[in-house]
Amino acid sequence: METLFTDVLCIGAGLAGERVAVEAASAGFSTICLSIVPPRRSHSSAAQGGMQAALGHCAMGEGDCPDVHFEDTVKGSDWGADQEVVRLFVERAPEAVREMAFWGIPWNRVVPGRSAYFKGGKEFEKVEATEKEGLIAARSFGGTAKWRTCYTSDGTGHTLLYTMDNKVVELGVTVHDRVEAIALIHDGETCTGVVARCLKTGKLRVYLAKATLIATGGYGRIYRETTNAVINDGGGAIIALDTGVVPLGNPEAIQFHPTGIVPTNILVTEGCRGDGGTLLDVNENRFMHEYEPEEAELASRDVVSRWMTHHIRQGLGVKSPYGDHLWLDIRHLGEHHIKTKLREVEEICNNFLGVDPITQLIPVRPAQHYTMAGVRTNKDGAAYGLKGLFSAGEAACWDMHGLNRLGGNSLAETIVAGKIVGEKIVEFLQGYEVQYNTGVIRDAVIRQQERIDGLISGKDGNENVYEIRNAMQNELMDRVGIFRNGSDLQKAVDNLQEIYARAQQVGLRSNGIGVNPELTLALKIQGMVKLALCTAYGALQRTESRGCHAREDYEARNDRDWWNRTLATWKEGDDLPTLNYEPATETVELPPAERGYGVCKIISCDGEIIGEE
Amino acid sequence: MARKLIFNIFRYNPQDPHSVPHTDTFDLEETESMTLFIALTQLREEKDSSLQFDLCCRAGICGACAMMINGRPGLACHTLTKDLPDEITLMPLPIYKLIGDLSVDTGTWFRAMHEKVESWVHTSKSFDPQAEEERMDNALAEEIYELERCIECGCCVAGCGTANMRQDFVGAVAMNRIARFIMDPRDQRTEKEYFEVIGTDEGIFGCMGLLGCEDMCPKHIPLQDQLGILRRKMGWSAVKQLFRRS
Repeated sequence: METLFTDVLCIGAGLAGERVAVEAASAGFSTICLSIVPPRRSHSSAAQGGMQAALGHCAMGEGDCPDVHFEDTVKGSDWGADQEVVRLFVERAPEAVREMAFWGIPWNRVVPGRSAYFKGGKEFEKVEATEKEGLIAARSFGGTAKWRTCYTSDGTGHTLLYTMDNKVVELGVTVHDRVEAIALIHDGETCTGVVARCLKTGKLRVYLAKATLIATGGYGRIYRETTNAVINDGGGAIIALDTGVVPLGNPEAIQFHPTGIVPTNILVTEGCRGDGGTLLDVNENRFMHEYEPEEAELASRDVVSRWMTHHIRQGLGVKSPYGDHLWLDIRHLGEHHIKTKLREVEEICNNFLGVDPITQLIPVRPAQHYTMAGVRTNKDGAAYGLKGLFSAGEAACWDMHGLNRLGGNSLAETIVAGKIVGEKIVEFLQGYEVQYNTGVIRDAVIRQQERIDGLISGKDGNENVYEIRNAMQNELMDRVGIFRNGSDLQKAVDNLQEIYARAQQVGLRSNGIGVNPELTLALKIQGMVKLALCTAYGALQRTESRGCHAREDYEARNDRDWWNRTLATWKEGDDLPTLNYEPATETVELPPAERGYGVCKIISCDGEIIGEE
Repeated sequence: MARKLIFNIFRYNPQDPHSVPHTDTFDLEETESMTLFIALTQLREEKDSSLQFDLCCRAGICGACAMMINGRPGLACHTLTKDLPDEITLMPLPIYKLIGDLSVDTGTWFRAMHEKVESWVHTSKSFDPQAEEERMDNALAEEIYELERCIECGCCVAGCGTANMRQDFVGAVAMNRIARFIMDPRDQRTEKEYFEVIGTDEGIFGCMGLLGCEDMCPKHIPLQDQLGILRRKMGWSAVKQLFRRS
């Protein structure tokens, strides 16, 4: 067996994985990144709108500071976040943005003088200060008190990823692209690397590492309608869950983004609404201001997605062969603005819809977008359950997002957490030595080889892997979506258990030789259904509404009973996860209160009922 | 009535000793707004689950799915079948090493390119976390972004006459990258240093000016302009060096 040794192994070479690699390599540790695609194709590149950091240079960001960013983030999370982590994050975000500038990001900059901006479809004027000229600018995003989202047009993830990968090349960090980690090597206490499958040859390979990082991003592809790339299928979360000892945090916390285009679910950035775009219904009327007088289109994503769904249910959606949708209107922003600050949006509309957003409306509706759920770590990024295992970025539940992430906080998390977790891994490695147990390694390899052989020979059955994936996706889409209720969730759990049984009987149709794509999916399908079950079962048990988790049968946020975080582990042989709970936060800077947007119905910590009946 | 599309697809699995390069033909009923991404996915899931191709973001952002579409390089994800004839021939990109069927190894090629052109900001300064960022004119930031938009899909290289003849040619994608750094005041490399990287036949002087790159670029990066500017700059640089030597 080909075996490689390294100090640090980053699974995933998107922004979080590469930021950790940069930190480790800069400290002199040997570092290898694994990636299932060439690093610059990672899904970080698809993040459009920007990265939040409280720089406060622009007129509409005046007075911004980490404290305001902290408050916005905790409210956005509906008090589900770990407040110590949020504090760490907001304090380091400005430095992280500046460091990326130093490395080469062409951030949009402050242009002094008068300029127009739009809010709620109306034009206003702002004056940028002369003394701020050329400093990093920011745009407005949902759920933020200030304009705080730093950006490069609407290709922010792209420029960040390219610049980060430049740094990786400069430092000579090894990247093995087209390699997929398919199992963690561990003895129940310590993680010592992975068994991986080469996606250029199909051969297995072992990577042994003192510190292993899971930075594989989110897993939106367990849903049918998602903005995510096809590679976001949960590889990292699956191998963590497969250990039986590493928990996923808040698996029920799944974000729907208000503006996926119909029918392809490709994202158009929140920057559209941040820059003044509006949502219209079948009569081409605005409606968000009726539900949310203060924030209107710029309430948090969970809230906007719910009102959109509600409005469609009222019969005010636009009929289409792909189901009802609403309109996103950015026409009034004008050609110049769209062609400089919303370029990807323009291209996406042109290429995939045949729509010119300068003169036409964009068909949108909420689509799965982000997993706040992820490998549960402490504030240092160290995974619960296994020494030597870390996680960062969307793959992790660090947990600064709680039950709802704010737009612009995901790119920021990848860079800031990548930096902090990287520093902590460097600390961890000082003087740390590990014993590689050849028996454990051999067993892990044999187990994976047997799985592959079994799938090729069809010894467990001949279930079609694509049919199983579709059944799973439909189940989540139809019953574990934006609005949830007990009976649907119970049905989803029951059906997913059946689907899980079928997933154990998959056999390949093709020969499985080399980089066989059917085998690649078949190796993951049981894990994907396990993730789906964690989501559905976690949602069934959480009998309250918080952030993205909206229960029609438990409409109040219940701080008395549910101000906590779900921890899901999976014991071998089970067909359901084991759920445990921990307090959402040990540190409380900002006690639970109203968010200022969304339906306010709260059962407070001492049982008092606040808000509408 | 929906069209019946005929797909001729290059097939070869180098990992399978029994596999020989050949073309497989599939037919598929066209659906509304069908892209090659949708068509290929359907072919794999319904007709031949061993079919290899690279698809990732499916939004024209990541650059993974470049392939030869009826003889021209393009992104499968944002090619609509309605813009193509009934018969569609798909081949892997040339120049890049074949992994299997339509899948090619762009990762190795691009990493080598980044190393060759030293695709990062070269500076003697060190980052001060306490300091305010250096200022930049917004118009310049936007100009840099214009070139930074390249998604490294490889279409410009596949469509390049020189690159198809000589393997060591860096291609428009590398030249664009250098042009981006020349424009960026944060990069302290001198003209001479840039010249050493691309002032050769492997670089700007190898370009025959056929401009397949400009025509094939799915992001419409102004490659023609940048190649022209670089050629002029590097030409002057060559002349200056001649005089220095004499």
